[in-house]
Amino acid sequence: MDILLAIAIMALGAVVLGAALGFASIKFKVEGDPLVEKIEAILPQTQCGQCGYPGCKPYAEAIAKGECDINLCPPGGMEGVQRLADLLGREVKPLDAEEKPKQVAIIDENTCIGCTLCIQACPVDAIVGAAKQMHTIIAQQCTGCELCLPPCPVECIHMEVIGENIDNWKWKYPVVEIKAAPLPAQNASGDGSDGMKDAA
Amino acid sequence: MLFNLFKFKGGVKPPTNKTQSTTLPIAAAPLPSRLVVPLHQSIGGTPRPVVEAGDRVLKGQLIGQADGWISAAVHAPTSGTVVEVAMHVQPHPSGLDALCVVIAPDGKDEWIARTPLDYAALTPEAVREHLQQSGVVGLGGAVFPTHGKLTASKTVPMEELIINGAECEPFITCDDLLMRERAEEVVRGIGIFRDLLQPKKVLIGIEDNKPEAAAAMRAAVETLGEDFAVVQVPTLYPAGGAKQLIRVLTGKEVPASKRSTDLGVQCFNVATAYTAWRAIAHGEPVVSRLVTVTGNVHHPRNYEVLIGTPMDELLKLAQPHPDTDGIIMGGPMMGFLVPQASVPVVKATNCLIAHDDRLFPPKAPEMPCIRCGACAQACPHELQPFEMYWFSRAKNFGKTQEYAIFDCIECGCCSFVCPSRIPLVQYFRFAKSEIWAREREKNAADQAKSRFEFKQLREEREKAEKAEKLAKAAAAQAAKKAAEAAAAAAAEAQPAAGEAAPASQAVAAVDPEKAAKRATIEAAMARAKAQREAAQPKNTDHLTPGQQKEVAEIEARRSGSRIEDRGSSEPAPAEPAAPTSPLDPNN
Amino acid sequence: MSHYLFILVGAVLVNNVVLVKILGLCPFMGVSKKLETAYGMGAATTFVLTMATGASYIIDHYLLMPFGLEYLRTLSFIVTIAAIVQLTEMVIAKTSPTLQQTLGIYLPLITTNCAVLGVPLLNISNGHNFVESLLFGAGSAFGFSLVLILFAGIRERVEGAEVPVHFRGAAIAMVTAGLMALAFMGFAGLDKYQ
Repeated sequence: MDILLAIAIMALGAVVLGAALGFASIKFKVEGDPLVEKIEAILPQTQCGQCGYPGCKPYAEAIAKGECDINLCPPGGMEGVQRLADLLGREVKPLDAEEKPKQVAIIDENTCIGCTLCIQACPVDAIVGAAKQMHTIIAQQCTGCELCLPPCPVECIHMEVIGENIDNWKWKYPVVEIKAAPLPAQNASGDGSDGMKDAA
Repeated sequence: MLFNLFKFKGGVKPPTNKTQSTTLPIAAAPLPSRLVVPLHQSIGGTPRPVVEAGDRVLKGQLIGQADGWISAAVHAPTSGTVVEVAMHVQPHPSGLDALCVVIAPDGKDEWIARTPLDYAALTPEAVREHLQQSGVVGLGGAVFPTHGKLTASKTVPMEELIINGAECEPFITCDDLLMRERAEEVVRGIGIFRDLLQPKKVLIGIEDNKPEAAAAMRAAVETLGEDFAVVQVPTLYPAGGAKQLIRVLTGKEVPASKRSTDLGVQCFNVATAYTAWRAIAHGEPVVSRLVTVTGNVHHPRNYEVLIGTPMDELLKLAQPHPDTDGIIMGGPMMGFLVPQASVPVVKATNCLIAHDDRLFPPKAPEMPCIRCGACAQACPHELQPFEMYWFSRAKNFGKTQEYAIFDCIECGCCSFVCPSRIPLVQYFRFAKSEIWAREREKNAADQAKSRFEFKQLREEREKAEKAEKLAKAAAAQAAKKAAEAAAAAAAEAQPAAGEAAPASQAVAAVDPEKAAKRATIEAAMARAKAQREAAQPKNTDHLTPGQQKEVAEIEARRSGSRIEDRGSSEPAPAEPAAPTSPLDPNN
Repeated sequence: MSHYLFILVGAVLVNNVVLVKILGLCPFMGVSKKLETAYGMGAATTFVLTMATGASYIIDHYLLMPFGLEYLRTLSFIVTIAAIVQLTEMVIAKTSPTLQQTLGIYLPLITTNCAVLGVPLLNISNGHNFVESLLFGAGSAFGFSLVLILFAGIRERVEGAEVPVHFRGAAIAMVTAGLMALAFMGFAGLDKYQ
């Protein structure tokens, strides 16, 4: 009898709580995923596809769904990984590729044959030109994604690193980090053992 | 005159070291061997060079055209020949290059034709335009284009115009000497600003360690019959900071997020007023400025120096001691060691201090912050430097902004008082430039995103349009086939009407007219084909075998696609003759 | 009346659930890296804990005790807590997705937060009535939030400090928590006013 009563009470509780939760899941239904926008705001928007997704938004969606790692975006660099990790509470991982300095594409205007293939490839419409006309890149709009390099039939596009100039120069971090360098450490231990010998 | 002064919190009193350079009057520096005039000498857009190597220029001739509204023109400081327009090291802590016009003086110092302006007869817009064209910028050190500050806020009435003659930084005396010797022209310049801004009051703030300057200014104000108030403010660094002086004279606090005109105040340096007067009443653009040369030298003095004079040549005039090992541009609090002794004097150069270890002993190593709070007491902006330091050091930039790092004016009071000798200002500069860099990246990313989205939108639209076109063309072809037999005879008789006909019309048209169009289109297609064949890449003479192979591949691909093109475009008749490619981004 | 005040203050400071009773350490260490997350976690736990104490009192007194089913306490409390946590998670997912993402696994883990189960059980063993139970629950929750937020503030600062390499990360956090616990022992002196 006791055991039946216990079961009945637990069942009653389950039914009541289940009903409450069911109601809440309808009432608080989440539409869309606002998180995607926050992730996308961190991504550098180069639309380069180096993460394996066709653009920054699909990558952001994949991260939000937890389908992929947060370290796949080389243009975002280690800093981007760090910020994604902060946002999502995930662990910081080393970047899955080499970090490159910021670049800009340059068309060698003597070699360009005006095929418009790069214009089609450019994700941000930073190349102007028309068929049979020389093309040129609007440097301010170029994200340095390198997507225009493979389609060019005459290889007239090359990437140039954007150097430091007075406008984008940054004050350096005033702290000189003391790192555990292997060589001085050896010396130190060597000194120590010498001292030991002397003492002995 | 009794005047109710306010106070700002904090501030420090470093030894002023001003008397050394005030004993001698202003002297004109002789013409240097060459002049290197940087184009970017003010905040805002970099002026575009309008001269080339080999051009002969006259003193005051325009060499850099202002780019945009917040930008000021640059002029040749003397007559001579342009040697080159090239990158040279700048008087900037980065030690990086920027575009400069290098002029070899011819020794004649021949002025371009100067036309004095009667500014009272001009509209305010024309006066501002003239100031921009004359390269008048804030000579207190910030070099903000002056014309950009001469527009009163539309909503807030202009209460006070503050003229900054405080000159609070140690060693610097160029404004002091300017007021002593050229007070009248300064006051006339202030008159221009007053007329443009229409403030209720004009206050000239001068630190009380410059009684001669204050007396000269009072006398000048009196002789000119103006109602400007010359106010002596207590000597306390940084009373000469624009925000501090505004606070002392009016009690108003200007936050970083607002412009001072939003509070009904505007502030100019005395030297700016002087150059504005020279520009308007004499038609002389800014080609020289007063520079204090002091520090480790035999004869500290103020010189009237042409912009672009190499600093080492200027320093030689004051006979530096042999142990001088560097030049500080600006004062000891906010200045910096220039990267090279030969960098030019620019509009922002108010002082050169010959550096040696006796005057500026090397700093003892930095020690940990003990959170004593001395920096917070010294901060003239009531910030908490120790907190900003902590988070700048940890690169937690969000937190530094919570502690209002952008209200920091980098005056150096906190570093001055820090018992642990922490270079606090360097940390703040680092944090600020990192935040700015991030802002730039963010803006670039936003722009790239919107362009990418627009491209996707456009591609989809084009796809839809193409599909629609194809459907229409298919329908048209069906109609054509039916009409072909009847039209065949009439086609011979009709003369070719015009060039490329729109496809939409072809759909609706019937019988002879349509056949005529078809003939036209075919002719256009033949022309296009001929053109395509004629257009060969021209630089194919010296190619490596690899490139040749590639070109061959491309040609093969192209002819392949051409066949496809023709196959697909035949039902859509207008396409081959269309003058612009659908891929043109402007389309 | 002062009796209730003592229960509340005692639960917040003297018998702090984290630092004195050593309950709920998992979110205390896990969600204290950033101040904003700590605020969110504190609020969520406060809500859950207060609700849980109220609900468990009702279940215990009107469902289990009349039928002599006290042995079902742990089981039925856990079920109730789990339901409340689920509800909270839905609300947070709707109102603040970032908070949900940053709280991550720790949000559903409130279910197994020993403080949330421990406080209702302590209520029963202390023989608290309904109001006392609620006060004790709320007090414990405030104490938890207070300590969590303080700790997060300290950790944010510690991040900028020059911590010896081997102490970085969890180690220095543990040391900090220990020092905080020592400091909270000082509140035991409040006892004499009771």
